[in-house]
Amino acid sequence: MMERKLVIPGDFLGDGRAGHGAFEEDSKAFSNVVGLAEEKNGLHFVIPLSGIYNPKRGDGVIGQIQDVTFSKWIVDINSPYEAVLALADATDEFIDLTKTDMTKYFNYGEIIFAEISTVSKIKNVQLSMRNRKCRKLRGGRFITVTPAKVPRIIGKAGSMVEMVKEMTNTQIVVGQNGMVWVKGDNEDIAIEVVRMIEEKSHLQGLTDQVKAFLEEKMGSTTKEVVTDGTD
Amino acid sequence: MELIKDGIRYDGRKVDELRPMEAKVGVLKNADGSAMFKLGNTVAVAGVYGPRKVYPKHQEEAERAILRTKYNMAPFATSERNRPGTNRRSTEISMVTRNAILPLLFLDDFPKTAIDVHIEILRADASTRCVGINAAVLALADAGVPMRGFVASCSAGIVEGKVVLDIAGKEDTEGELDLPVAYYPEKDEVTLLQMDGITNNAEAKEIIKLAVKGAKDMIEVQKNALREKYKLEGAE
Repeated sequence: MMERKLVIPGDFLGDGRAGHGAFEEDSKAFSNVVGLAEEKNGLHFVIPLSGIYNPKRGDGVIGQIQDVTFSKWIVDINSPYEAVLALADATDEFIDLTKTDMTKYFNYGEIIFAEISTVSKIKNVQLSMRNRKCRKLRGGRFITVTPAKVPRIIGKAGSMVEMVKEMTNTQIVVGQNGMVWVKGDNEDIAIEVVRMIEEKSHLQGLTDQVKAFLEEKMGSTTKEVVTDGTD
Repeated sequence: MELIKDGIRYDGRKVDELRPMEAKVGVLKNADGSAMFKLGNTVAVAGVYGPRKVYPKHQEEAERAILRTKYNMAPFATSERNRPGTNRRSTEISMVTRNAILPLLFLDDFPKTAIDVHIEILRADASTRCVGINAAVLALADAGVPMRGFVASCSAGIVEGKVVLDIAGKEDTEGELDLPVAYYPEKDEVTLLQMDGITNNAEAKEIIKLAVKGAKDMIEVQKNALREKYKLEGAE
């Protein structure tokens, strides 16, 4: 694995262009956040270790319906910018707006998983439900974590979250914006694990640690069931 | 009372020596970013919130973020209790602090938002605005707000006819001149310059040079404190 270097604002990254988390001066790239520096084909960028969620096109996010207007929904996506879900992006059905109550589809306070379809320069964010993965999240519980820790919760190609899902027998959806939805038999344990990953995200071998933690937790709950049975 | 004797000041420092410094990042749980900066007996804590939605809405700017700073001194910060709340002095310092850190930020990256910086002086022993700026810069970096680099702020002045670095305690009340400076090394710019006292051109230049030298040392302390907090996350 490539060695990633910790950089702080103002650190020199190298000659070349500057990507996200970096800025350019006289064709030299400098970091502008605290994070881990990376380079690809002369493009220098930094993966931030802190900060708010800045909406990006193509991100899958979890949001809560904040407002319902005549033809669109306003969604809170844990960011300074609220997102808009237009009717046409929400469903394929034909809807006669004069006769239909919009809350029939998404009501106030409901949780959805949606994809960001566009982000304009002045940060008007549009959502879309067209992706197969997008849906309303019914029941369950949802928590908010630091957006910078999301990659760690998901793990390499989803390895971490898949492991937690399997071992706790719960459904988990992680939004790029730091909102996590959990539903299933062991919601408490799953949430505890997500919080643990968030807190210890900097540690090496976290996957093994999480696995050991889950084995202990899940092992104890199975034991309880067994003793109940013998009584 | 004699404040300087044989080149040694009443608190035991040389004329160009800073007080002991300490910086810590991530001291407040609820803030998006926070830091504490200690210079001798002066202690400041800064908290940064945002970028977040702007309230009241009329302050919002369509194409950039707004930066709001608030400097406040705790009533127990001084030996004589000071009246709590905003006053003429704190309003002024909030403004100069804002101007000192403004050149660092990429406000265009976050249109329609506000970045709030709150500086609280917990213990005051001269140079509170400098220590406040140092804490604020660290807190901004901790919050993940994009920045071009660091500024550090330090004061220098004249005590008993001699140019000294980092005015403290009695030197502040009995000295002739106090001159706080904020320095931005990447651009070699001074972003804060105030002066309380009377001097001539040549001497003023000497004082500014000394204060800039002190600020350079402070930047190292700031950077080390920030690396200290994130060191482990980089070890991945």
